[in-house]
Amino acid sequence: MSEQSYILLIPLMPFLAFLLLGIPGKGAFSRTAGYIAGFAMLISAAISIYTAIGYFSDWGKLNGVYQQLNPVHYTWLQFTPDLSIDMGVLLDPVSVMMLVVISFISLMVHIYSISYMKGEERYNIYFSFLSLFSFSMLALVMSANIFQMYIFWELVGVSSFLLIGYYYQKPSAVAASKKAFIVTRFADLGLLIGILIVGFQAGTFDFRVLIEHLGNPGHEILTLRQNDFSPISWGMLLIFIGGAGKSAMLPLHIWLPDAMEGPTPVSALIHAATMVVAGVFLVARLFPVYYFSAWQVLPIISWVGVLSALFAAIIACTQTDIKRVLAYSTMSQIGFMMFALGVSGFGTEGLGFTASQFHLFTHAFFKALLFLCAGLVIHHVHSNEMRDMGGLKKSMPITHICFLIACLAIAGIPPFAGFFSKEEILMAAYERSKPVYWIALFTSALTAFYMFRLYFRIFWNANPHHESHHKEGPAGQLFTLIVLAAGAVVLGFIPFGNYVSTDGKPLSTGLHLVFSVAPVLLGLAGILTAFWFYKKQSDRADRFASGAGSLYQWAFHKFYIDEVWLFITRKIIMKGIGTSAAWVDKNIVDGAVNLSGNSTVRFSEKIKKIQSGKVQLYGLVYLVSVVLVVLIIIYFINRN
Amino acid sequence: MTALWLLPAIPVIISAAILLLPERMTKAVSLVGATVQFLAIILLTLCFLSERSDGDQSVFLFQQRIEWFSSWKIGLHFGVDGISIAMILLTAAVVTAGILVSWNLKQQQKEFFILLQLLAAGAYGFFISLDIFTMFCFLEIAVIPKYMLIGIWGSGKKTYSANKLALMLMSGSALILVGILFMYYQLPVESRSFDFITMAAHPLPLNIQLVIFPFIFIGFGIFTAIFPFHTWVPDGHSSAPTAGSMFLAGISMKLGGFGCLRVATTLMPEAAQYYSIPIVVIAAIAILYGAFATMMQTDLKYINAYSSISHCGFVLLGIGFLNHSGINGAVFQMVSHGLMTALFFAVIGMIYERTHTRKVSEMSGLMKSVPFISAIMFIAGLCSLGLPGLSGFPAEMTVFMGGWARSETVYRVVTIAACMSIVITAVYILRAIGTVMMGPIKNNSFAVLDKAAWNEKWAALILVTGILIMGILPYLLYSLVNPATGEIIKKLSKG
Repeated sequence: MSEQSYILLIPLMPFLAFLLLGIPGKGAFSRTAGYIAGFAMLISAAISIYTAIGYFSDWGKLNGVYQQLNPVHYTWLQFTPDLSIDMGVLLDPVSVMMLVVISFISLMVHIYSISYMKGEERYNIYFSFLSLFSFSMLALVMSANIFQMYIFWELVGVSSFLLIGYYYQKPSAVAASKKAFIVTRFADLGLLIGILIVGFQAGTFDFRVLIEHLGNPGHEILTLRQNDFSPISWGMLLIFIGGAGKSAMLPLHIWLPDAMEGPTPVSALIHAATMVVAGVFLVARLFPVYYFSAWQVLPIISWVGVLSALFAAIIACTQTDIKRVLAYSTMSQIGFMMFALGVSGFGTEGLGFTASQFHLFTHAFFKALLFLCAGLVIHHVHSNEMRDMGGLKKSMPITHICFLIACLAIAGIPPFAGFFSKEEILMAAYERSKPVYWIALFTSALTAFYMFRLYFRIFWNANPHHESHHKEGPAGQLFTLIVLAAGAVVLGFIPFGNYVSTDGKPLSTGLHLVFSVAPVLLGLAGILTAFWFYKKQSDRADRFASGAGSLYQWAFHKFYIDEVWLFITRKIIMKGIGTSAAWVDKNIVDGAVNLSGNSTVRFSEKIKKIQSGKVQLYGLVYLVSVVLVVLIIIYFINRN
Repeated sequence: MTALWLLPAIPVIISAAILLLPERMTKAVSLVGATVQFLAIILLTLCFLSERSDGDQSVFLFQQRIEWFSSWKIGLHFGVDGISIAMILLTAAVVTAGILVSWNLKQQQKEFFILLQLLAAGAYGFFISLDIFTMFCFLEIAVIPKYMLIGIWGSGKKTYSANKLALMLMSGSALILVGILFMYYQLPVESRSFDFITMAAHPLPLNIQLVIFPFIFIGFGIFTAIFPFHTWVPDGHSSAPTAGSMFLAGISMKLGGFGCLRVATTLMPEAAQYYSIPIVVIAAIAILYGAFATMMQTDLKYINAYSSISHCGFVLLGIGFLNHSGINGAVFQMVSHGLMTALFFAVIGMIYERTHTRKVSEMSGLMKSVPFISAIMFIAGLCSLGLPGLSGFPAEMTVFMGGWARSETVYRVVTIAACMSIVITAVYILRAIGTVMMGPIKNNSFAVLDKAAWNEKWAALILVTGILIMGILPYLLYSLVNPATGEIIKKLSKG
């Protein structure tokens, strides 16, 4: 225990809230649950920010380099004398930054939910699940041991399952929660096997030792920088698959859009700002290992990332459910973070890494903001569909401004936060991989288009229901919007490279005006296109869509990836393997047992007709055979 | 503390009390008896731990010998190590919970509770016996009452299931008997004995081991549902009354795993090394095959029974790895599976009492009508799919770790195959739970159901507490079991 062990309070507070609110069961704390959970989260957030200030300005640095500190540590489960799962806390710039993001966004979502979820029958259960999630996520980013991380990774998955399935009487919510859990679990299988491989190769599960052994150019294991896939590369690839599952990367993204069945604040917290970036966090945490010991995987990461970004952006242009559009946009933005890591170098070339973390940071704010705004809109019009919306500019002025800020931020228009982080990502891609850069550039134009399509269709046009009474949300909810919007405006000015970099040393990430021209102009073009299509009710968009023909159809049906997965799981695994296993068991294996049983009975009845009760029959058969066997043995032994 | 004989004796005394006292006192007597025994076992565990921390390094503590058939050198020889302590703790928890869930039994109470107590006596005696012949006798005591439990209080095709179960388990016993007699006669004449310690001191020659090992391993394996001798499990479990299923899955299947470890592996370490690959391959087949077969089941009890085949595969898998982590994992999995599956069957029983169906497709939205029971079922399900924080996770991970620690490719392939079950498990558990507990209430008669009664709450609480302790603080069980595993490993590495 060191002087930083107060950090344990950060996950502990929400955990206590979870126990307090969850154990009494449905109906307890029906008024106060939100305040209790919110208060716990407030303490967590305060300690997180305090820790961050201390870490970045005081005790985190040694000789100008940010250290990886391990203030708490004990053995949880021993496997062999030198392999164990240890529970500990690892503090480094990335985890400290994540603590701030998670606790702060979670606090905002708690405040928002207090009034948003009012009147729910399971009000306290909602907050206890939300606290459970916050606990798991905070503990995940603090983990000092990759196995410890896996533990909380699973807990995050299950709390996400609980929250998506919060409206458990809705069949679609149940289906979505199951899908989310199973798809991510499938990816976790990769993570688990990857952990086993890498852990055994390195002889440890501890992040610091792992990075010291495998993420260090001087270490002897790395003398052979051969080009074929070493076991470590395979392990790291599998770990990436685990991360890709949680972060909804292609082709494991299918759960994310469906997960929008959960309450909207949950989407803001889990499916925008925190859980879905866990994959990015995982890759970032192990980045030195990727860079020095598994560099063959990095191109895979960058291509998966950039293709997910593009693919999701195309789909987002065609969806009509506003939460689904936001879900695809999340997937697309996470793709940006992912490929930034993939194209990153190390040390002074580590711009991609810094940019990725920076984007994670800013994205958390404006994406949470978008979801929370969407929640207000959905409550206002009682629908998720764009066609039920329009003209809300007048009736929801604050929401409108906040939504606009978030859209500008995500579209990368200066001086909003998204501009700075996205710019750095594009810069990193431009320097190290041109094809990735061009795809990313195109995607960022699409981003501007689909976000403003959303914006114009919600807030402009005429209201289809012709009701224009002023109906802004409750003050508590608007407060969170304004705070997050302020974040989306100013956070871009943080000199992020000074704090978060691959090797702990400050990295200068200057802006290049000339370079910024193309992305910004493309972003503006996207906005203008959206304006031309959607400012008024018109058939321009429809005509364009029918012009695009099958491309539009494919995008609208999400490129049929869900159907492919359904085919694999339903037809091949369930029908094919499952049914045949059950059939074999019933007819062949059990058939043999029955056959032997029946033939014994038939045989015995033939020779022992006097016996009538079955018990005695079996007893006798049994006894006789035992005696026979004993006799045979005695015979053989005496013969010797 | 040399009163280990009390462990199997207390249930017999309780049975006698039930027999003599009027029927209205039956339940109270068995519950009080089981609780006293549970507390005594906790006390025993504490004594064991303090004895160990005082530096008593002998393999078996609290040994006690009582002469029986001295001409054949068969005696009652009791003693416990960490593994047997873990097993009797499990037994006590499952028995107490089983009595609690049978509280509303109407038909032939006396006989039912006497049989339960006899089963418990058999299991306790089995786990603490250090004489292989007495061990075998206790194994038989733990089998025969099951036949009656299923035949009399069962449901569905109970006669068929009871016959099948008794027959298959009896053939397992026959194999074991052949094996131990064979072992007995291989010892030099002057030191012929069934005593475990004597036998361990006189290792058999390799060629003899190779012959005897399969008898004993498969014999005990049948109890723990070794593939392809597992078919008694689904029918037996689903026809048995609730407490019977709990006992069958929670304890009986552990008798097999424990026997494989204590008799087969420890006494024939070289043969265990020799057969290691076939064992792990068969275990991995059971794990995957059981999991796939579970996916297609429609009856809650069948789901849990098939999943038991899959989960018990982990026990055999861990034993097959023959290293520290593997064997620790096997023991963890025995404890974990015992608690979890007993909990699952208890919950299924509670649901059945209310809905009178076990078909998954006939139920939905029970979370609304029976929130407590649903929450418990949810915990059992999450434990089954290996959620961290519950007991299944440390058990499975320790087994995987054992597999990965063997550097030969075949072990790694087998481990990866076994890992895949975590996804399949998630699929079938979520399908079952999602349908039964979530969704709209389709059948209106399920809209209002009786809330959980005190006995059901306590039964669930005992098992859930065990699951949580093991899940959150696995180090406790580790430090209990690991020294005993170390002794087995010593035997193995000598060979």
